[in-house]
Amino acid sequence: MDVTLNIRRFDPEADRPEAFWQEYPVTIEDNATVLDALIKIREEVDGTLSLRCSCRSSICGSCAVRINGHAALACKTQASTAMKADNVITVEPAGVMPVIKDLVVDFDLFWDKIRAVEPYLQPEGPEPETEYIASNEAMLHLSSVTACIMCGSCVSDCTVLEVDPTFLGPAALAKAYRFTADPRDGDAGGVSKKRLGDLTKASGMWDCTRCTECVVACPKGVAPMDRIMALRDQALAAGLTNSNGARHAEVFGELVGHSGSLDELRLPVKTVGMTNIPALLGFLPVGIRAFIHGKMPSPIHKNIEGVEGFRKVFEKVEESEKE
Amino acid sequence: MLEHDVLVIGAGLAGMRAAIAAQAGGANAAIISKVHPVRSHSNAAQGGINAALTDRGDEWEEHAYDTVKGSDFLGDQDAIEVMCKSAGQALIDMEHMGVTFNRDDEGRLGTRAFGGQRRARTFFVGDFTGQALLHVMFEQLIKSGIRSYEEWFVTSLIEEDGRVCGVMALEIRTGQIQAIRSKAVILCTGGSGRLFEPSTNALIVTGDGMALAYNAGARLMDMEMVQYHPTTLAGSGVLISEAARGEGAHLLDKNGDRFMEKYAPNMMELASRDVVSRAEQTEINAGNGTNGCMFLDCRHLGAALIMEKLSQIREIGIDLAGADMIKEPIPIRPGMHYMMGGIKTDVDGQTNLPGVYAAGECACVSVHGGNRLGANSLLDTIVFGQRSGDHAAAACRSAEFVEFDADAAVKREKERIQHVLDRPQNGDRVGAVRLGMGESMNKNLAVYRNQTGMEETLRDLKTLKERYAQVPVDNKGATFNTDLIFAMELGFMLDCAETITASALDRKDSRGAQSRTDFPDRDDENWMKHIVAAKGAEGPEISYLPVSVTQWTPEERKY
Repeated sequence: MDVTLNIRRFDPEADRPEAFWQEYPVTIEDNATVLDALIKIREEVDGTLSLRCSCRSSICGSCAVRINGHAALACKTQASTAMKADNVITVEPAGVMPVIKDLVVDFDLFWDKIRAVEPYLQPEGPEPETEYIASNEAMLHLSSVTACIMCGSCVSDCTVLEVDPTFLGPAALAKAYRFTADPRDGDAGGVSKKRLGDLTKASGMWDCTRCTECVVACPKGVAPMDRIMALRDQALAAGLTNSNGARHAEVFGELVGHSGSLDELRLPVKTVGMTNIPALLGFLPVGIRAFIHGKMPSPIHKNIEGVEGFRKVFEKVEESEKE
Repeated sequence: MLEHDVLVIGAGLAGMRAAIAAQAGGANAAIISKVHPVRSHSNAAQGGINAALTDRGDEWEEHAYDTVKGSDFLGDQDAIEVMCKSAGQALIDMEHMGVTFNRDDEGRLGTRAFGGQRRARTFFVGDFTGQALLHVMFEQLIKSGIRSYEEWFVTSLIEEDGRVCGVMALEIRTGQIQAIRSKAVILCTGGSGRLFEPSTNALIVTGDGMALAYNAGARLMDMEMVQYHPTTLAGSGVLISEAARGEGAHLLDKNGDRFMEKYAPNMMELASRDVVSRAEQTEINAGNGTNGCMFLDCRHLGAALIMEKLSQIREIGIDLAGADMIKEPIPIRPGMHYMMGGIKTDVDGQTNLPGVYAAGECACVSVHGGNRLGANSLLDTIVFGQRSGDHAAAACRSAEFVEFDADAAVKREKERIQHVLDRPQNGDRVGAVRLGMGESMNKNLAVYRNQTGMEETLRDLKTLKERYAQVPVDNKGATFNTDLIFAMELGFMLDCAETITASALDRKDSRGAQSRTDFPDRDDENWMKHIVAAKGAEGPEISYLPVSVTQWTPEERKY
């Protein structure tokens, strides 16, 4: 099978260090992966191409790159599937993280964030003499999260991290959930209130915008966004409601539950609080821009048609959620 | 100059366990690895970790006997006793650290059956036990605050007055060469699988530690014992866990018939790995396979069990062979998997070089002898990693740093590496030399071996070494120059390949993983002994060490 890899390259030692595209036509086996093609290039054509790779079986997390614009493990991607009509596959370094050389990116910030969630079991009571007794279901659930191989695919494609480098991000938050959901961590009931409290702070669990890019990017089915949503549920259940994120969720429900659609004008105001003058002033520039562009929501928010029926459905859903 | 009491090379399970133990023992410990710790090859262990837990009626002696028998009576029984006695506590420690082991109905640690063992004592996390353990050990490394040199490649050991006193290392990101001084060095660099092609091993598994130690005068033992795993995927050679057979999968020939009854009527597919691989190879040679492969059939296990316990290998089958094990048998064959041999150590990880320790796959204690049991490798890394760290920390309390001229050492190493970078293009490539070595090893040092074939490989290696001395490197830069790393790794691999071949040629019997068609029987009278290779002027020099026998006398091996 003939394929052309169009690779985004970068050499910091070049006279004028700029990223550039380079095409490599190669012949590979029909069932070869993108990694097989990259290795073939590196071994047989151009040894200056730098990339990380090791296990070839989606377990070491080294070879996350962007293939045709989206994060993926090169070793888990069949070249025949990735190939476009013109037999070209584009390969770029993972996003968000700075490029060191070619397809190698700097993971320092990634690991700083993992370290920031204190990623080790912290039981509050004494250890048992033998193993902790725990249900298989609880362990299988945790294993679906610990299946994370720290490849950085989710971070690469996270739309929040792209604009806000302080966000803890999908990998670190999923890692945090692995502990908050562990019956062995925290108090006798398996609740780690301190962890949850730390994670509700700015740049934490409430900063995810639920774009689902991380769920799509994850090669191991960890679904980081789902774990972040579960963290929010845990925080609310633990009574950690004093944060913009928690209030946002609460007010969102309240407004929609009342009128049947979102009152976009009252949502931010009620989230930060009517008396929170500095925060309200902070909304002014956005408000003015919205007004100029004719996008300011109407101050009069109408109920949707048949709102009574909607309210009944909404209440039922809320009740079932509580159960 | 950078300086640590104990410097651990390699950040897989053995390495991290050693560093954590050394620090707990009061030493200033650090760890250095050519990849980030969680990229290490311990990840690839799928099936589980063995331990005999007394509170469920198992005994360490039972585990030890299975291990001794699995080793084909080449394992040192004193060392095997140490490992099997320590297993229960090592396992519980890992659980307390946070490993999410599968549970039984009572919420206790669950077990699965594994090859060569008469009872189920393999504890597991789905089919990614190694990854689960590795990441938890990394969590503990973070907790410990131990200095971790990530993506630093150790190029040589520094010796002064015949004593190893530190390492020379290349920071891959910057290309800087630095000397790191230490009172003790613990080598935890894993096996050397990549000198075979194909192999289940990750691309980083290049025998670095074995070669570093060998070149510094350490002894390599049991190097001829190379494990071929019975179920590696056709094509890529990637591992399909023994857990599949542990859960009840069958091996089939091209007609869809099970064939293990001929070779292991009691244990069938769960005989020890050497026995199953030999059976497969015999069938393949007799024309009972398809395209050089037999088949692993999991269909009768059902989708629910496969999704709960074997989901990752199912994905691998789909991704790399286009075959879904829920629906169809997948093509497999024996493939190079594990080095039983390595740097000769005692039960505390000490080598014959003062201040140099080894643990994990790069070491040979010898607990695996001629053939390792599945799920004993994770146990080996944790038990002997910890013991090495403990011992090194204690030894450092009374040891002093050895003085040496670091600037001169760095200058010499820079010149040596510059010499490699300066080689002119000659049409040859590092990848081509590696492939030549890998194919020759896989042809002649595989499941079946004979004198003629192995001599051919010895000649091949001689030629390849000559090519290696001239092979050019494309990349002349300093930043993340993987091309240069590969060239240096190739040198390590060639050294290991030579000791494997020389040891295998020397052993004139068939035992464990070594089956010689010209010496088909096990000969306890003459060959129940370890083969030791040490570096001589003209290549490996062979000597022998006795096998430790404590309570199990050799017997005929039947499964």
